[in-house]
Amino acid sequence: MKVTHSQSITASPNGKYAIEARHLNIYYHDFMAVKDVNLSIERQKITAIIGPSGCGKSTVLRSFNRMNELVPTAYANGEVIFRGQNIYEPEIDPVEVRRRIGMVFQKPNPFPKSIYENVAWGARINGFKGNMDELVEESLLQAALWDEVKDKLHQNGLSLSGGQQQRLCIARAIAIKPEIILMDEPASALDPIATLKIEELMHDLVVNYTIIIVTHNMQQAARVSDFTAFFMMNEERAGFLVEYGPTNQLFTNPRNKHTEDYITGRFG
Amino acid sequence: MSRIINHYSPSQIRSNGRQEQFESNLPVRHRRAKSWHLIFQISTVIGIVVLMALLYNIINQAFGYVAFESKVDPDSLAVDGISLENLAKEELIRIIQDKVTASRFRTLEKGKPFAARSREEVYSVVIQEVVKPKVANSWSLFDSLFRRKTILAQSAEKFPQARLEFHSWIGWDTVTTPQSSNPLNAGVRTAILGSLWTIAITILIAFPIGVGAAIYLEEYATQTWISRIIQTNINNLAGVPSIIYGMLGLAIFVRAFNLFTSGAAFGYTDPTNANGRTILSAGLTLVLLILPLLIINSQEAIRAVPSSLRQASFGLGATKWQTVWYHVLPNAIPGILTGSILAISRAIGETAPLVVIGASTFITFDPDSLFSKFTSLPIQIYQWTSRPQAEFRNLAAAAIIILLILLLGLNASAILLRNRFNQRVP
Amino acid sequence: MTNQTNTIIQSYMKMRKGAAEKPIDLRKRPRPAEKLIQGFLFACGALSILTTLGIVYELGKEAMLFFRNPDVNLFEFFTGTKWQPQILEFGILPLLNATLMTSAVAMLIAIPLGFSVAIYLSEYASPKARSILKPTLEVLAGIPTVVYGYFALTFMTPMLRSIFGQNIVQIYNTASAGLVMGILILPLISSMSEDALSAVPRSLREAAYGLGATKLETVLKIVFPAALSGIAAAVIVGISRAVGETMIVAIAAGAGPNFTFNPFRSAETMTGHIVRISGGDLSYASIDYNSIFAIGLMLFLITLGLNIVSQRIVRRFREVYE
Repeated sequence: MKVTHSQSITASPNGKYAIEARHLNIYYHDFMAVKDVNLSIERQKITAIIGPSGCGKSTVLRSFNRMNELVPTAYANGEVIFRGQNIYEPEIDPVEVRRRIGMVFQKPNPFPKSIYENVAWGARINGFKGNMDELVEESLLQAALWDEVKDKLHQNGLSLSGGQQQRLCIARAIAIKPEIILMDEPASALDPIATLKIEELMHDLVVNYTIIIVTHNMQQAARVSDFTAFFMMNEERAGFLVEYGPTNQLFTNPRNKHTEDYITGRFG
Repeated sequence: MSRIINHYSPSQIRSNGRQEQFESNLPVRHRRAKSWHLIFQISTVIGIVVLMALLYNIINQAFGYVAFESKVDPDSLAVDGISLENLAKEELIRIIQDKVTASRFRTLEKGKPFAARSREEVYSVVIQEVVKPKVANSWSLFDSLFRRKTILAQSAEKFPQARLEFHSWIGWDTVTTPQSSNPLNAGVRTAILGSLWTIAITILIAFPIGVGAAIYLEEYATQTWISRIIQTNINNLAGVPSIIYGMLGLAIFVRAFNLFTSGAAFGYTDPTNANGRTILSAGLTLVLLILPLLIINSQEAIRAVPSSLRQASFGLGATKWQTVWYHVLPNAIPGILTGSILAISRAIGETAPLVVIGASTFITFDPDSLFSKFTSLPIQIYQWTSRPQAEFRNLAAAAIIILLILLLGLNASAILLRNRFNQRVP
Repeated sequence: MTNQTNTIIQSYMKMRKGAAEKPIDLRKRPRPAEKLIQGFLFACGALSILTTLGIVYELGKEAMLFFRNPDVNLFEFFTGTKWQPQILEFGILPLLNATLMTSAVAMLIAIPLGFSVAIYLSEYASPKARSILKPTLEVLAGIPTVVYGYFALTFMTPMLRSIFGQNIVQIYNTASAGLVMGILILPLISSMSEDALSAVPRSLREAAYGLGATKLETVLKIVFPAALSGIAAAVIVGISRAVGETMIVAIAAGAGPNFTFNPFRSAETMTGHIVRISGGDLSYASIDYNSIFAIGLMLFLITLGLNIVSQRIVRRFREVYE
């Protein structure tokens, strides 16, 4: 993936922001999908990314852990600062980045392995040397799944219900102890009860992790997040950041007219 | 797994001290990833290398120096200083009369009068009957190109009487001359004709049956119990070794249907006494062999026709057969043809079943009816390869080249056909 | 309403009234041509069943004749280590052993190479590289087996003899036949495995990458196991093909049954034996004729069994990904 510099890096390893995007542009081949994003995500808070479909929300989210690169024609320009470094520098290893910035996908995708193996696998390949049983139990506890599966850890992960599978994927992601968890519409494939469980889970998790969630459900963003970023598509069909701020403020008193229109349902 | 740790709330799990339980192993993993990537690449290259080796080997054997030992030195037959190659037809006929026995001359004259033969034909008779060259030794192309001196020395030492000449075992005459026991005179003509006759029968019979069965399975009988049995049956038959089909052909076509395949039922008496081991039997056996393949390919082609087309036709009140004949088949024909060509290439290359049926080991005349004895190009290759003399290896290489060219042409036409029809459909 | 419209409406009503009085027959009409065609097509399909019945009947009948022959002992057939019809010894083990040996050597080559090629083409190669490499490998699959036999005899055997020495490697040996057979089967295994790998959904790969896995770890530990049933089926089909292969062994492995575990010595496989015997003069009433059908029956049962197992595996263990 091609990377171009635009400004110098300021080191801030443990500052207020877990991850920052600076003048980030993302292209697929020569189509600009996302334009000039400047976004600073606060540590240990839930930040929601909302906007109408097609405006590049998932693209932005995936750029935070360099998952866009799995598409061969994708490249980015600008910076994403994590731990004081621009993760798009040529010498940065995307494998390392993804180890520390985890991801939960829209459709639950557990491995066709046992529940135990699902949680353990990521830790194992990353050189985990401690007690695996403890790690698995701890991760499943944090994902609010332990009680439901503690007697059937050897069963195939695919035998669980949709909501349980998604919590399994969350347990899998936190087993490698990331700093940030990216969630790409994690509840959109689930029924309302399972969705509620996921939302409660997020509240518990944010104590230890920074969470960035993409959602097309405004009410969910309002329920769950501390900060919200609203994206839109411009005339060239490139996504751009319209407004970003504390959720309360954005939803009750938006500064931008477009934001207000979207929130009140005039379009979307 | 049985130890139950404290159920403390998530907020009590602090973020410090998480990372040291993980050992940094990234360089090792990357290195391992790189070496396996290399292994995968090399494996693919190995496949290509072997293909190259195979082609190299064949070409290597098909050309090279040959040491000819002649019974009668052609130079000694020169008349008035004119060498043998340039003599006129009458001179050549006179040489033949001089050098061969009277009875042999009579036999040759009876076969075809010398007056009626062209000069080239008379010349080749002179070579065959008088000069009688024999191969003393042959060398590969690689040796001939890079180790000339060694070959010259070897030939001078071991075969002082022999004439050393660069010989191409494959040539136009290889295709047109029939089989012969002398490798210098042998060609693949009988074999190619045998193959062509056999394949013609196979296509004529297998194509309608195969396409018919495919139509039945895809259009008429989906999901009934009988169609499921037929389908499983066909899938199993596709995996049966080809030699079993040969045995089936032997038992049924050659033996049980003897009256039919030997032509006796049609009042045909075979002077060569093929007794059921005929082109007809060979063709029928190959029909059984390629039928499963043909059916499966045709099924796929028919399945690929969009159902909206069928529904449009039914909606207009067409019957099932009308729909199939006027809409489904025309749409599926390119795929069916491509599949048929692939099945035919397979049939052309098959050796084992035909050997089992009883392909003839040595025939020198062209097949003239369905009920004649037969041989085929792969069988010819098999027989020549099995002979101990080195020159037959060279001949076999030449025959292989011809076979591969034939198959290449077939497959190329299949690909061209597929591309052409893919372009037509928008 | 104008006069014109009136007349049109009136004539239309008249037509409808008339039509209402004439009944339309919607009942089924006999369509003999359709029935005939359907019958023909059914016959085409049923022919395949006849083929299978024919195979089973003929092999069974002649094999029965063979086993009923007083000189033949069923127990000896399955356990005897000598196959010498002249002295009426009919033990199939030498032939079976040679078949297994050549197949084993072939699979030793075809499985690792086949998997590697499949993984490379499916996961690593660029579309351009794939478009060149895949057809080239398909060419390997299209070369007639008699040409492979020639290659084994004129290239592989001399090479083996120069590597291991002329007194260790005989001119006819099962090793070079097995090696070349492996090359023949390689494209079969690689293309079936590649299909299985491609069928694994992208979301599984993404999940693995998301956990910070390298490409190798994703491919070997997630994608490959996920495609296991298709890959297992590929291996079994490959073995079945190796067992049934005739010309390569007929040309390069040797003539004459020989019970040996040394791959550098000559031996005759089941298929090679059938081809050799039937290529010579064969009288229909002889025990030799019946014996090749007995061997053929064994061959048929083995390959049929393998194919059924492979179909079962695919059906029963077809992966559920979501």
